Amino acid sequence: MSPSSTPDWSAVRAQFPILSQVQSNGQPLIYLDNAASSQKPQAVIDALVRYYTHDNANVHRGLYELSARATDQYERARGRVAQFIGAEENEIIFTRGTTEGVNLIAHAWCSKNLRAGDVILLTELEHHSNLIPWQLAAQRHGATLRFVPVLDETGAPDPTALPAMLTPEVKLFAFVHISNSLGTIHPAEEWCALARSRGIATLVDGAQSAGHIPVNVKDLGCDFYVLGGHKMCAPTGIGALYGRAEMLDELPPFHGGGEMIESVRYDRATYRAAPARFEAGTPNIAGAIVLAAACDYLDGIGIGHIAARDEALTRRMVDALNSINGVRAIGPEGPRGALSSFVMEGVHPHDLVTAASEYGLALRGGHHCTQPLMKKLKLPGTARASLYFYNTEAEIDRMAEILTAIRKYFA
Amino acid sequence: MNPLDELYQAVILEHSRRPRNNGPQPVPPAFHAEGVNPSCGDEIEVWVNFTEDGKIGKVTFQGQGCAISQSAASIMTVKTAGRSVEEARAMLTGFHEIVSTEIDPDMDRFGELAVFAGVRQFPARVKCAMLGWRALEQALNRSEASVTTE
Ligand SMILES: Cc1ncc(COP(=O)(O)O)c(C=O)c1O
Repeated sequence: MSPSSTPDWSAVRAQFPILSQVQSNGQPLIYLDNAASSQKPQAVIDALVRYYTHDNANVHRGLYELSARATDQYERARGRVAQFIGAEENEIIFTRGTTEGVNLIAHAWCSKNLRAGDVILLTELEHHSNLIPWQLAAQRHGATLRFVPVLDETGAPDPTALPAMLTPEVKLFAFVHISNSLGTIHPAEEWCALARSRGIATLVDGAQSAGHIPVNVKDLGCDFYVLGGHKMCAPTGIGALYGRAEMLDELPPFHGGGEMIESVRYDRATYRAAPARFEAGTPNIAGAIVLAAACDYLDGIGIGHIAARDEALTRRMVDALNSINGVRAIGPEGPRGALSSFVMEGVHPHDLVTAASEYGLALRGGHHCTQPLMKKLKLPGTARASLYFYNTEAEIDRMAEILTAIRKYFA
Repeated sequence: MNPLDELYQAVILEHSRRPRNNGPQPVPPAFHAEGVNPSCGDEIEVWVNFTEDGKIGKVTFQGQGCAISQSAASIMTVKTAGRSVEEARAMLTGFHEIVSTEIDPDMDRFGELAVFAGVRQFPARVKCAMLGWRALEQALNRSEASVTTE
């Protein structure tokens, strides 16, 4: 399949074995919880099996062929992930996922740069993963948090707020690229440029953008970008942190242990340069190699095609939701991530999601790890349907039928 | 009956639409506690008042939540009123058994509470059913703690 021609989406879908299953009550699975975790294509599953069948050994230590092979694949994976987001190889640190990437920066960067009285700026849309690590860092260093306000249910940030909020005491601005609960796409390039012009470091939470839209960290102009593999066709337990080379070189370690050291005495040690400095202990070798395989897979389809597919399916889904009596889709009117939160009059999201499951429909219900946002918008949580390129128009139409039936059931 | 109808029995839907004993009570004399379900963020507050002879008087609750948590709390306020603290605790244990085990509920003892047996097929919803009961348990603990420190 060449990235230039439009993919045969039903052939693509057939590459995901899990999607053809029926649930225990005989209903075919309709998987619309992709923002929580994506499914894996056979090529990625095969890469995992291949690694453990042929290439498994510890990296960077064994002076024998197998270890050399594992090391070579692991380091090539770093290059592959770097290429996937437009970074240099030495700017990629493998992590357990988005959450660990944020925590790494909240420790290493903050311990070097954050002082009492400083401010970390976030938005009101942040996932708990991009909120709690900063709360903890602020407590450690006597700093405070401020939040770029969200205007309303459309998830639009107040356009006038940001310039006025990037004041001298703000040292770092961390924000979600695409909101996992409302679908808002933040103008990351513009925001990073504005922050940088004032000497403020930036971290972009790419959990929902990586693998969905073209991402080039140099174009974004951020200092840090974090992603998790499991939302982009790779396994759980692997992710990547991009750090601009000049930023990473200055940072102290996060975890201590093997692999991150240069020379060790009983009372002190010197550390290797980035990225090794930030990868203590035996890493998730298979995960990294398979994350690279997922990058190959996604680039094989073409991220541009994936983004267009996401967009077309999402538009159909939002229209379908709004056409159901008593259902209201929440989120941006214009471009949005491949998801829609929605509320159904008189039906709590948990009841809705439990009922949907009886029809084989996998949705998410609740606060989506954005509790403060739900409180602010006065929503008792929402239900959320989220898509990826392997979903189909027929699934969206079926979702609408199921939701109509659920509304009748509880009415 | 399909699992959905077993979960959402008519009594449950009725209580969730028209919750009984909804609203706060003055503290003191009432004791107050709240329960939070971290997986959905739902919160239920419970107030318990006691009669002169130490029995549970009026139980009320307030909060937003799913049909299961709302109806379970609503029925709880009805069933525990007029009981001793010991009886209410036994009822809580029995209710937990009803929603989370395979043990056949004792209809004579539990009556209406047994309609929640459908929850056992939905392990993720056990916390919803228990939310109000856990808050009640805390309120009872508080009342006893206040007696022992008096
Ligand atoms: C916006 C956002 N940030 C962070 C996370 C956490 O990601 P991870 O599971 O990779 O730690 C998620 C997903 O759960 C998310 O949607």
